Amino acid sequence: MTAALDTDTALGKPIRRKEDAHLLHGQTNWTDNIQLPGTVHMAILRSPMAHAKITKLDVSGALKQPGVVAAYGAKELGELNGGVPCVWPVTDDIKMPAFPALAIDKVRQVGDCVAVVLATSVAAAVDALDAIEVSYEALPAVTDMEAALTSGSALVHDEIETNACYVYKMPCGDYEASRAKADVVVARRFINQRLIPTFMEPRSVVAAPMGMSDEITIWSSTQIPHILRVLLALVTGIPENNLRVVAPDVGGGFGGKLQCYREEILVTNLAKKLGRPVKWTETRSENMVATHHGRDQIQDIEIAATKDGKILGLKVTLLANMGAYLQIITPGVPLLGMFMYPAIYKMDSYDFTCTGVFTNKTPTDAYRGAGRPEATYAIERIIDELAAEIGMEPMELRKKNWITHEEFPYTTVAGLTYDTGNYEAATEKALAMFDYDGLRAEQARRRASGDPVQLGIGISTFTEMCGLAPSRTLGALKYVAGGWEHCTVRALPTGKIEVVTGTSPHGQGHETAWSQIASSILGVPVEDIEVIHSDTGRSPYGMDTYGSRSLAVGGQAIKAASERLVEKARVIAAHQLECSASDLEFINGSFHVKGDPSKSQALGAVAFEAFTAHNLPPGVEPTLQAEATIDPEDFSYPHGTHLAAMEVDTETGQVKLRKYVCVDDVGIQVNPMIVEGQVHGGVAQGIAQALFEGAEYDEDGNLLTASLADYLIPSAADLPSFDTGTTVTPSTSHPLGTKGVGEAGAIASTPAIINGIVDALRHLGVTDVAMPASPQTVWRTIQAAKAGAK
Amino acid sequence: MIPVEFDYVKVTTIDQAIAALKAGGEDSKIISGGQSLVPVLRLRMAEPSVLVDCGAIDEMLGVREDGGSITIGAATTHHAVMSNPLVQKHALLLAQATATVADPAIRHRGTTGGALAHADPAGDVPAAALALDASFTIAGPGGRRTVAAKDFFLDYFTTAVGPDEILVSFSIPKCDWGSHYAKFNRTAQAWAIVGVAAVVNVEGGVIKEARIGLTNMAPTAVRASTVEAALVGASSAADITAAAMHAADGTRATSDLHAKADYREHLARVITARAVRAASGI
Repeated sequence: MTAALDTDTALGKPIRRKEDAHLLHGQTNWTDNIQLPGTVHMAILRSPMAHAKITKLDVSGALKQPGVVAAYGAKELGELNGGVPCVWPVTDDIKMPAFPALAIDKVRQVGDCVAVVLATSVAAAVDALDAIEVSYEALPAVTDMEAALTSGSALVHDEIETNACYVYKMPCGDYEASRAKADVVVARRFINQRLIPTFMEPRSVVAAPMGMSDEITIWSSTQIPHILRVLLALVTGIPENNLRVVAPDVGGGFGGKLQCYREEILVTNLAKKLGRPVKWTETRSENMVATHHGRDQIQDIEIAATKDGKILGLKVTLLANMGAYLQIITPGVPLLGMFMYPAIYKMDSYDFTCTGVFTNKTPTDAYRGAGRPEATYAIERIIDELAAEIGMEPMELRKKNWITHEEFPYTTVAGLTYDTGNYEAATEKALAMFDYDGLRAEQARRRASGDPVQLGIGISTFTEMCGLAPSRTLGALKYVAGGWEHCTVRALPTGKIEVVTGTSPHGQGHETAWSQIASSILGVPVEDIEVIHSDTGRSPYGMDTYGSRSLAVGGQAIKAASERLVEKARVIAAHQLECSASDLEFINGSFHVKGDPSKSQALGAVAFEAFTAHNLPPGVEPTLQAEATIDPEDFSYPHGTHLAAMEVDTETGQVKLRKYVCVDDVGIQVNPMIVEGQVHGGVAQGIAQALFEGAEYDEDGNLLTASLADYLIPSAADLPSFDTGTTVTPSTSHPLGTKGVGEAGAIASTPAIINGIVDALRHLGVTDVAMPASPQTVWRTIQAAKAGAK
Repeated sequence: MIPVEFDYVKVTTIDQAIAALKAGGEDSKIISGGQSLVPVLRLRMAEPSVLVDCGAIDEMLGVREDGGSITIGAATTHHAVMSNPLVQKHALLLAQATATVADPAIRHRGTTGGALAHADPAGDVPAAALALDASFTIAGPGGRRTVAAKDFFLDYFTTAVGPDEILVSFSIPKCDWGSHYAKFNRTAQAWAIVGVAAVVNVEGGVIKEARIGLTNMAPTAVRASTVEAALVGASSAADITAAAMHAADGTRATSDLHAKADYREHLARVITARAVRAASGI
């Protein structure tokens, strides 16, 4: 008798986003817009050196500058100099060096915080930084992961006596046996370059003691207000019950705001110490060095197969750059990819090893896809290389090895059980949209005529695991928290609905999508539903937003809480209508007595009865609300087929993405327009890794791409319109049948682009192109291939 | 970042501007669109004590016909320049180059005269000004003088405009030759890795004369004079490609994140051929 998901409801409709009006009308409440009386502004003196001893630090000069209220180095800050937490010690013997908010005696990355000034205006605080006396003695910078692991390398952290953070192994089956049986073994080294999240709104945090109470409220541009509250309590020693964390409007995150940053710790502690509001907003220049980076792995991958294209085994050996310190889940990011190297393919064995390496660079951590883009890139690239090696059409090789739709649920060699999928259907649809055969014919013509502009077709048949995550699985991986999600649904006496969620949107459209889910169950119009989120004072329980989890996990909680609310209402309605609960049907927001159309009661009326409590059935408590805390049964596994037609100007190396087709299967879609938007954004971000973005350091550890003039982000002018399509294979491990879509595009598109470029140039002897595939890189690759062919 | 504190003076005549520059001393700086200066101030790479705003001096605004030339006020925005009918008719190359500067928002505030006076070697308009044989009117305490384009660009971010002087306008002899500005860059808003500004006079399918300016191949925009000479008499794509092989001759290309010098030189040759073919229709 639970409420069924009626097909004629808001669920599945491409309705416009509730959020957009205030975004478009400039009514956003960014953290930096918060102006509290008595605020002092924090400015940070950051290290210009990648690795150095601090031989002198004297902040007293800053104290004499106009408007300055306080100035601190690590010594002055003392025990308020909290340590940045890491919650994912992936192995028992992992090395976890201290990461104090203000550097103590040594700096280990450009951008390390050395001292802070607090002043009555931002300008005064920034000006006063010049009055701090600081000197450094340079130490050799560790910038190359392989060199870092050799004996005699300089050490990022002397006290741990190595630059190896951890070694994680996951052998599945007997790879050596597979290799011995193989006709063909193809090995490649791929560099998954370092990326900078570059969300649009820089980080910002305000902390304020609240009047006469002990409460400190922290507004932060964060993806994780709930987790941040727990971590700030642990780090600062301020009782958790006295901390309230609010994420106001947040302008993007991409994982970069999934963090407990040193600036958040400093601002919180200093607000308490000074007894007045403290505010800090990063500049873009600070953002480039001080917000965590993503990717940065050296991937050695080897695939063993028969000569007719049956994959036997896969071996992956990673070096993963941790950077100078471990942040919230720095060590765990490569392990989120670990499970996904076998991807959609059947094989007998899989051998995975990852070594985490410290270097004098900005710490890495989650960035859109977090581990899965790296895995997908490596497997989809090596599949194309295997196809070339054995002379097989790359799509045919994929078809020969992928899990067929009849084989689900399927337990992969890496031990995951994929609940559902239909790779054939998505691929067939994508091929038709793309005109695959026509483009192959054009490619042949251009090759034959020696056209300076060559055409290539890039394929990526990807899957990913999202919906983080079953708590037991996180526990087995040594992650210290759970992966559940919470929802409370309240029917107010006036008939309005409040959906209190633990997810924390920063552009995804949760307010609209969550309203659609609740509306479909409660029969209340979408506009009568308010979604409350991102404030630990109003939404006390939650695990926040990352890893394409919000719908996959949070959506289940909304469904369950809504259904529980209907069940409570049913008992009250039955009492009011003087019938048995089982005689009631719930249709379009009203309870009807079966067979007697004259007798009904709307949900709003029930809510009012529950509020007045004048006539409730025995044992039923007043108020109409219900809650649910759901731990997901399993991950979910979106998949899809992405195809890119790449034109390569062989005279200049300039690459043009001519056509991009993708068919994604993200299961049931709550709002197809939001799904399409997520796919577009994700695809653009993945293409950006392939073609434009890459953090470059010099050998002294200076970030060379330290501004948006050098770190290239594509705009709409640089990308074609994408042709998106979907197939719908509902997830069977999630009650809503949804999967997740936040990261899919970014995971899928990168290898499609590079495969397309290599495909355009393979007849010239090109077998790989480094990312980002800049014109110069592509041109030099062509020159090297031509020289090698002579 | 926040700039260092500075004074701000808004002037409405050239004389006021010169007086304000004099009063401000060597730490004074002219601003109009601010699209190059403000980022530099925010990064604290420059710390002027006075900004003299010349964006509202009538004489520095707009485009006018001047007999055989057109004259463009130095504070005219990129957008106003590229969409001006006189520019489009008589100096199309300038409109083509200006249209590739940054993005629409910047083109609506940034000024073409400002970009010329800023003299960024990667900026697009200096190469066009060189190819069009522009001349520059500069005012200072000693009066006004006119400087030819070939004498205007001196070094990185350095022109013939002295610290106590101001660029009032620049003039371009009317030119109805075929023209094209080819900008090679990685994203639409990025600076040119290499740019080629070409105007070509074609008669009867044969190139009579060509003038070519190169962007980002030296500390200043430069003319590709060897190519210009080699193009005379060219009548086929092969002729043009052969002439363009000299595009890097005498240049001083530098290396940066996006291109090493040898790649820049290669690009100059390829892009010059393409620009000349587009301009000439050959």
